[in-house]
Amino acid sequence: MTQHVLVIAEQVEGVFRKVTFEVLSAGRRLAGQLGGSVQAVVLGSGIEGLAAELGKYGAEKVFVADDPALADFTTEAYTNALAGLVGQIQPAVILLGATTQGKDLGARLSARLNAALATDAVGLGVDGGQVVATRPMYGGKVLADVVLTGAPAIVSVRPNTQAVESAAGAGAVEKAAVTLGDLRSKVVGKQFESGKVDLTEADAVVTGGRGMGGADYSAVEALAGVLGAAVGASRSAVDEGWRPASDQVGQTGKTVSPNLYVACGVSGAIQHLAGMSSSKVIVAINKDPEAPIIAKADYAIVGDLFEVLPALTEEIKKIKG
Amino acid sequence: MEILVLVKQVPATESMIAIAGDGVSIKTDGIKFVMNPYDELAVEEALKIREAQGGTVTILSVGPAKAAEAIRTGLAMGADKGILIDPGDLAIDGLGTAKLLAAAIKPLAYDLIVAGHRAVDDDNFQVATALAELLAIPNISMVIKQELADGKIRCLCTVEGGTKEVEAPLPALIAAQRGLNDPRYASLPGIMKAKKKPLETKTPADLGLAAADLQPLMKVKALKAPAERKGGRIIEGDSVQAKAAQLARLLREEAKVI
Repeated sequence: MTQHVLVIAEQVEGVFRKVTFEVLSAGRRLAGQLGGSVQAVVLGSGIEGLAAELGKYGAEKVFVADDPALADFTTEAYTNALAGLVGQIQPAVILLGATTQGKDLGARLSARLNAALATDAVGLGVDGGQVVATRPMYGGKVLADVVLTGAPAIVSVRPNTQAVESAAGAGAVEKAAVTLGDLRSKVVGKQFESGKVDLTEADAVVTGGRGMGGADYSAVEALAGVLGAAVGASRSAVDEGWRPASDQVGQTGKTVSPNLYVACGVSGAIQHLAGMSSSKVIVAINKDPEAPIIAKADYAIVGDLFEVLPALTEEIKKIKG
Repeated sequence: MEILVLVKQVPATESMIAIAGDGVSIKTDGIKFVMNPYDELAVEEALKIREAQGGTVTILSVGPAKAAEAIRTGLAMGADKGILIDPGDLAIDGLGTAKLLAAAIKPLAYDLIVAGHRAVDDDNFQVATALAELLAIPNISMVIKQELADGKIRCLCTVEGGTKEVEAPLPALIAAQRGLNDPRYASLPGIMKAKKKPLETKTPADLGLAAADLQPLMKVKALKAPAERKGGRIIEGDSVQAKAAQLARLLREEAKVI
């Protein structure tokens, strides 16, 4: 059996997601342990020019599936394209980013290939020839080491958890012929907020909770602006209708692992803590010194967030010069 | 419109989770089990579609006998009937769950399957999409709005940094994301009526599946607690400005995150 690791690169509108480089780097480390090579595949339309970039992170070979029907991601089209390629390449492991697209694709591929799947891994290794992934369960209240049997083992990797390492040399680019078959689902519209950093990929996240008292998030947005951060919300803020559900951080929302997480007026319910406790540095700003979030924070300011946030925004502006 | 809804019984999200003595499962005593919150959205959406178009809503679940409670909750909300698939002593992974559901669904007539986009216990994001593949129907994930017309479903879905609209012909499977609707509560008359609604239980053997067909490919080897966060420091200072300045300095010099 070959011991190749195949990384499914994710590009959106012709730009690779950051998680793609994280996954490639993790793939190279895993391939080292397995004694195989790391290869990558990129799917899309008019994306041939992108492929070379993957070589910079260690892909020895990059397969390009270029087809107008792959311009927008649908689980169906991407699964059809990949199933054929996987048959040719026979990888031991398939890695992809645990994005909305990656999670969906991983699940459909697992059923198509009758392959083991671990979703949202935060760690990866090999034990006795088998892939072992570490993944959060119960919204991060527990970490599970799971063993994946058979080949390929499919693992989607949580964004912001793997160090990116560049590699010398460029990967060989190969055009891959793909058979897409009859496609039933299609993308009929899309809307992206330009320049918006997504919560799950952001280096910094500033979240507003019940203490915001209303839909005016300008103080949170101003701080997020100087930090280059994404704006999040607690469940109660979403339930109040102050922010969209897509901004929600927590067990029934998004899990985030930024370098810096600033919780403003968030009490720190267990469901919220589950969604953000893997952040590297946590700052809490809350009036209530007894709020559970204070006990989880690396740094806390007890005070009125509407006074603290503008002051903090100014101080960070000064420091960043 | 014949609608199937997938539900799972899970620990309530406010539960404290502790690892059991075997090291691979969690302690269940004292834990309140509820319908997976995303599945409530799925039941609600199915009921809304039935209210608009007529038809039947059937709830399916894979789990132990106790999981029938989650189906009863759906019946109390207004669904018509339920099917519980009880794997007994078999250890089942996400793909195995999808295989059981596929076997139960294949003989049924259906137009639409509605699921929650993940269960908040395993967080696998796997069962619904894998089921669609096993049934060879299209799936649409992270749905926050749907519209049925002319034998097609058109959905608005959340993706990183925006939304997408995806369309597929029926039969199809859609997976609900928060924002799709506000699930109704089960009323008291609803709860009374639910007791009389049909709820069938099936075993893997009833579905023609043997243990070998359901062999888990993904197995939990060990559960561990995430690293405990030590409570950090409360920034003191004479004024808000002084506290803010101190915090900014610490984030720069000590934590090195700005």
